[in-house]
Formats: sequence, C-alpha cells, structure tokens
Amino acid sequence: MGLDFSVIPKYLDIVLLGALWTIGITVGAALVSFFGGILLAVIALYAPAIVRWPFRIFSFLFLGTPLLLQLFLIYFGLVQIGIDVPAFVAGVIGLGLHFAVYNSELFQTSILAVDKGQIEAARTLGMSRMQALRKVVVPQAVRDVIPPIGNNMIALLKDSALVSVIGVSELTLSAQRAIGSTYRPFEFYVLVAAIYYIINLGMEAVLRRVERRIQASK
Amino acid sequence: MSAQKPFIDIRHAKKSFGTLEVLKDINLQVNRGQIVAIIGPSGSGKSTLLRAINDLDPLTGGEIWLEDKQINMDLPHRQYERHINEVRQEIGMVFQHFNLFPHLKVRENVTLAPKMLKGLSDAEANALAEEQLTKVGMIERIDYYPSQLSGGQKQRVAIARALAMKPKVMLFDEATSALDPELVEEVNLVMKQLAEEHMTMIIVTHEMGFAESVCDRVLFMDQGVVVEEGPPEVIFRNPKSERTQNFLRKHLAGQKA
Repeated sequence: MGLDFSVIPKYLDIVLLGALWTIGITVGAALVSFFGGILLAVIALYAPAIVRWPFRIFSFLFLGTPLLLQLFLIYFGLVQIGIDVPAFVAGVIGLGLHFAVYNSELFQTSILAVDKGQIEAARTLGMSRMQALRKVVVPQAVRDVIPPIGNNMIALLKDSALVSVIGVSELTLSAQRAIGSTYRPFEFYVLVAAIYYIINLGMEAVLRRVERRIQASK
Repeated sequence: MSAQKPFIDIRHAKKSFGTLEVLKDINLQVNRGQIVAIIGPSGSGKSTLLRAINDLDPLTGGEIWLEDKQINMDLPHRQYERHINEVRQEIGMVFQHFNLFPHLKVRENVTLAPKMLKGLSDAEANALAEEQLTKVGMIERIDYYPSQLSGGQKQRVAIARALAMKPKVMLFDEATSALDPELVEEVNLVMKQLAEEHMTMIIVTHEMGFAESVCDRVLFMDQGVVVEEGPPEVIFRNPKSERTQNFLRKHLAGQKA
C-alpha cells in the first residue's frame, strides 16, 4: 500500500477544527501558566510559611508526577468527588498548572534578580510591599524572563497533544479520528506534524515581537 | 527659634547588627526649612542614620519624630505597615544610584505613586509630572525611558519623582556620588533651588563645597557617633575636634589627588 495524500482534503475540515482546539487549549493554558506562575513565585518568595508550604507541596506534586496522570486525575478523578469539569477545561487547567509550576521557578529567579534599590525606591514613595511588587518588581522580572518563558510555552503547545487522551477533539485526536476512517496514519500524522510546526512558527513570531517591544524599553 | 518644636526629632537613635554598633545614641533636631548636611568617612553610620528616618533601616533603639508623629512607633505588624506607608509619603528620598523604574518612561516614573497612593486622575497626575519635571529641567525628556538619560538627568527625574508626592522633608543619600564630575552641578543646582524654597532637607554628602554653600548646619559623624556639629563655616573652617580636622584634611587631599 503506497502513500496517498489525496484522502486529506475530505478530512481537512476536521483536522483544521482540531487545530483551532489546540490553539485554544494552548492559549488558555499559557495564560493560566503565566499568571499562575507569577502568583506561585510571589507566594514562594513572600508569603508566610503557613501559606507557602501547601503551595510548595502542590508544586512538588506537579513537578514530580507525569502530566498525563495529572490530566487523568483532573478529568476522571475529580468526578468521583463531585467536581465534573468539561474535558476542555480540565485540559486547560491541567496543562496550565503544570507549566505554572515550571514558570514559577523562572519568575522566582528573575524577581530576586531585580535590584533591591527598586523595591526601596517604591517603598520610600509610600507603596506597600504588594504594591511595589505589582507595579515595580514583577513587571521588570517578567520583562527579563520572557525568552525562557517562551520556550516553556512552546513545550506547552507540544504537550497539549496529551489532552487527546481525555477526549478533547484537538489536533492529535482529530488526526486519529481521520485515520480511523481512512487507515492512512502516515499521511495524517505528517499533516498534523506540519500544522503543529506552523502553529509553533506563529508562536515564535509573536514572542519575537514581544521581545522586540521589551528591548525598546531597556 | 530655640523654643520652636523641632520638625524632625531623632532621640537616642541606636542601631546594631549583631554585636556591631553602627549608631550609638545619636540625637538630631531639624527645624522646618532647615538644611542639614551629614558628612563623615564611609562606615561612619551617616547613611544608616538617614535611612532610619524613613525606616528603610529600622533602628534598634531610640525614637524618630516627624512633627507630632512618631515614625518608628511600636505597633503590630499590619498597623505598622499602614502607618509607615503613610509616613513615607511625607518623606522624599533620593538615592545614590537613582533607582528610577527602568520599565517606565520618565512620565510614569513620576506619576506612578501619586496615582496609586493619592488617587490622582491621569490628567491631574500628568499635570503634576509636567510641573515637577519642568522644575528640574527635564520636561523635554518626559517621554524617554531612564536608560536613555545621563546620570545627572536620571537623578533630576528621581528628585521630581520624590517631589511629586509633596513631601515635607527630602532626604538625599549621596545623591551626586555616582555621577561623573561634569554632571554633579546640574543636580546641585536643583538641590539649591529646593533650598531656596525652604524645603527641609537632610543631605548625606561627600561634597564639602556644596554642603558649605547650602546647609545651615553640618554634622560630622564617625564610628556611629556625632563627633561635632555646627554651622558650616565652623565645621569646615575651624573644627574643634581632631577627628574632624583629620577627616577634612584627608578628604581635601583626596580631592586634589
């Protein structure tokens, strides 16, 4: 049986719809991981021990267990205790929190790297510690950490394929469905790989623009 | 004048890090509109004293008063934070290394705190920023980022940022020490202008000439104590203490070298 790419057009709409789901999950999870990462970093650095420790344990659990298992737990496990989350939401939360923990490590380093004089200047003007963090320290820390965060976001896009196992009709699952009807795995996996790559290029282009804007203000 | 209640009153200020005493029972009274210079070798405690006034380096003993308000009050943590944030709005501070916010343009550097803490509208804050930046001669650079400015320009913006909070007192912590020599004068001019407006100022400095021309009183500190204090013409021309004489001699020699 040779290769036959002529089966693709008939299923292209399913695959492209899958691509939209993948983009949706990636954007949603990226936002969760970004803001969640900042929050976790601030908690890790500044919260009292009684708040810090539960979050630290949470972080260890997310870092130390497979993402796939976390998705299963959120989607299949939480139902048992009465929390029924739609698959898409479970995917966004699972991916988002997982990468929030990774991002938090980066944010912590960059928050600590912001010159101590910055917080002093802000506090001298009368700002509280939280106000100084929010308006002065965190914006600078974020600015310095955009490139490595971008790398995490590209990893997030690729890991979004795992969400197929909880039944979100994203790119990978839509390919499998097309393959199920056509028995043409090579053609569709190549197609889907190309689409992931294109989304990836789009993300990198956005990141480069953000980095250029940031550079302009340095 | 002598009966006047001091504007800033530092009583028996003590500060130690472990067994190291950096401030040993310092007393300092500053009246409204007075300008006091603190000079002394590095490690003398002069910056620590200045930074104690707005509680950046809290004292381990003694009291600091601003008018009828004690700055370093003994309060539970949360209440103390609220209290100190209010007090700090009344005390402007200028740092050796400027500490401008690099992610914000000059305008936002000046408007950030007034908008956040005094609830000024955008228009009010902008008018305020323009007024203060005009005063320090930096209005043309209002839409620049700090990285695009020279050291002297940065320091003038930092002064405008502090003034925008309408402080009652200004503290200068070696405001010109990090500047190239040719940029010192522009900052000194702004400080002189403030002096003419009778701003109450405490200035930690290595610039004896400037201190002499602007200040009402000079404190010479060494090893955590005030060795000598008096009017500038006495401290600089006719110091009584041998330590002051030695310091000034060394300092002058250093400047000529």
